[in-house]
Amino acid sequence: MTRDPVLKITAKFLIPLIMLFALYVQFHGEYSPGGGFQAGVIFASAIILYGLVFGVEAASAVLPMSFLIRQAAAGVLLYGGVGVVSMLLGGQFLNYNLLAADPVSGQHLGIILVELGVGLTVTAVMVIIFFVFADRNRP
Amino acid sequence: MDWLLKDWFSHYNYWIAIFLMMIGFYTVISRGNMVKQIVGLNIFQTSVFILYISLGNVAGGSAPIVREGITLFSNPLPHVLILTAIVVGVATSALGLALIVRIKEAYGTIEEDEIREVDRMRESVEIHIEDALQDKTLHEDTPR
Amino acid sequence: MIMDNLIALLVIIPLLAAPLCLLLPARWSWLLTTAVSWLVFGLTILMLYQVDSQGILSYHLGGWEPPWGIEYRVDALNALVALIVAGIGAVVIPYARLSVRAEVAADNSAGFYAAYLLALTGLLGITLTGDVFNLFVFLEISSLSSYILISQHRERRALVAAYQYLVMGTIGATFLLIGIGLLYGMTGTLNMADLAERLQEVEQTRTVYTGFAFIVVGASIKLALFPLHWWMPNAYTYAPSVVSAFLAATATKVAVYVLLRFLFTVFGVEFSFRSEFFQSALIFLSVAAVLVGSALAIVQINVKRLLAYSSVAQIGYMILGLALLNLLGLTAATLHLFNHALMKGALFLALGCIALRMGATEISQLRGMGKRMPITMAAFVIGGLSLIGVPGTAGFISKWYLALAAFERGWWPLILVIVVGSLLAVVYIWRVVEVAYFQESEDQSRCEAPLSMLIPTAVLALANIYFGLDTRLPLYLADSAAQLLLGSAP
Repeated sequence: MTRDPVLKITAKFLIPLIMLFALYVQFHGEYSPGGGFQAGVIFASAIILYGLVFGVEAASAVLPMSFLIRQAAAGVLLYGGVGVVSMLLGGQFLNYNLLAADPVSGQHLGIILVELGVGLTVTAVMVIIFFVFADRNRP
Repeated sequence: MDWLLKDWFSHYNYWIAIFLMMIGFYTVISRGNMVKQIVGLNIFQTSVFILYISLGNVAGGSAPIVREGITLFSNPLPHVLILTAIVVGVATSALGLALIVRIKEAYGTIEEDEIREVDRMRESVEIHIEDALQDKTLHEDTPR
Repeated sequence: MIMDNLIALLVIIPLLAAPLCLLLPARWSWLLTTAVSWLVFGLTILMLYQVDSQGILSYHLGGWEPPWGIEYRVDALNALVALIVAGIGAVVIPYARLSVRAEVAADNSAGFYAAYLLALTGLLGITLTGDVFNLFVFLEISSLSSYILISQHRERRALVAAYQYLVMGTIGATFLLIGIGLLYGMTGTLNMADLAERLQEVEQTRTVYTGFAFIVVGASIKLALFPLHWWMPNAYTYAPSVVSAFLAATATKVAVYVLLRFLFTVFGVEFSFRSEFFQSALIFLSVAAVLVGSALAIVQINVKRLLAYSSVAQIGYMILGLALLNLLGLTAATLHLFNHALMKGALFLALGCIALRMGATEISQLRGMGKRMPITMAAFVIGGLSLIGVPGTAGFISKWYLALAAFERGWWPLILVIVVGSLLAVVYIWRVVEVAYFQESEDQSRCEAPLSMLIPTAVLALANIYFGLDTRLPLYLADSAAQLLLGSAP
């Protein structure tokens, strides 16, 4: 944690922009380079920046560890759940074609959901890694 | 001179990959410090990522994004594969470092030879204690 | 729906159960893991029947046709290895509850079972997939989770063992990745069947030879082929007992499978063994593994480490069978995959019972155990007899076939090596038996392990006898796998 006002104000200015950019990479991922992995890491970097500047306690008050672990698990389940739904609809695992009326929108829906799952998990895992290391030597 | 450039350096990407690979590999096997080993392991893996990505390059091709007027793309598949491999690499480094943190807490050092020393000392102490206990029981068994 | 998606379900069910373990309350995680392991075992048996009746099964993940999409491809060899993994996984997990409670920090049992399920996912994924890159990813899933599993023991040396395994395992997997990349660069495909076809056109290039070398060395690190075995004794010694049993019985077997698959299906016998040097190198290394592994096992103080060194020797037998390169040899190698899983499973589980009661597995702790824990020690003796290769146990069958294979080749010295290896096994098993049955301990009271741990141990020990007498099932599977491997040569 820092007392430097320049750092604090710059961080306050940057964090929302980083988050916004992460969301852009997340939801524009089907058209341009990007997707859940990249977006997740960018989003996590915003939270890690917050933790570096304002202290790990402040960051883990926003995102407690128990919540992060649940979020990571939920992301994997969302990914797998899409696959299971497509199996229940009579296709193979992760066959997006059957998710909507026509194959093209089915692929769209499938990719958005799967990438959302990836994004949730990657964000959570990156933040968990940071918290675990940063919190370790606290008396 | 020309043949040298053509035969040996036309595929300079392989030289870079091999160079990095050897740096990383050497660090892993020569250093006793665990953090340095993990960094070496990371460089070693990164060299493979570079190898893959340079394999996917098509001479004169652009980034593989569908746009009008562009017909020649680089091969995007190696990029996707390496995205997965990078995630694996991050997981490996994180797990390795987490283990190192725990090792530091348990042993108070992250040098491999010192850890070996600590283990050996404890083992010999245990053997001594066991011997002493056995002696004691032997003495107790013998009638006085 | 279940029959259509059978192959994918084998991987998906444990994969999705792992995050569920973290979401559900911690006391449910063992129950969920048990249910999932047995479900997967049941589905594997179903798959075995399907493979038997329909031949090679193929599943296109996401509906994408191979070679573009990821294909899961199951033949007799995969089915056998998947049966080993799922079977051991199912038998071991009822045992885990008490053993884990004793050996793993209490607040982390949900994480332990999640890692166990991921290891199961990874090992099953490696066996079922028909895509080389997918194989790498599953290899890393199983490896990363096994590093976690090993580090979970309360003893701090487990951390160092897990770390050493992590460094070695990552180097091995990265070697595999380099090899796969070079093959992809030459052929432009990642599907095994497609790769096998396209490699024929370019097989004389230096790139393919380099890729071959990287893949063989990478797989050899993972399967702990002598002299790349040094990570294994530490990892197996300091891991929690359940993990030692599970990994010793499955992980190295799956790595042997990877080597078999690459040598025989992807590269093809003719390419792989074109140079006699490679064959003689493999034979030399496996003979060295048998002799050195057994000899080192004799001098160990810790019984778990003794068994780990004996694993090095047993892997030598498997590679020896592979390198003999005839039908009998390959049958022996695949048969030994199955039988070795049974005996090492039984031995490590029996040791886990002793560790639970005595808190350690040093050979001196076993004094008088023949009276104090009669059933556990009986299981250990049966497993040991099977390891030696006494007629009537499973271990005899695979060694018999190995000897027949060497005989068929006319390589007499190899038969001598097999006999010497067995005699060395007699010595190290006898050391344990001698201490357990013929040395008195001060404490004579019975302290047999609880039933939930005793039953899995006994089941595996009895399986050693059953499959030593009724050899139809493993022999049939091993024989068809061996025919497939040699028949798939171009």
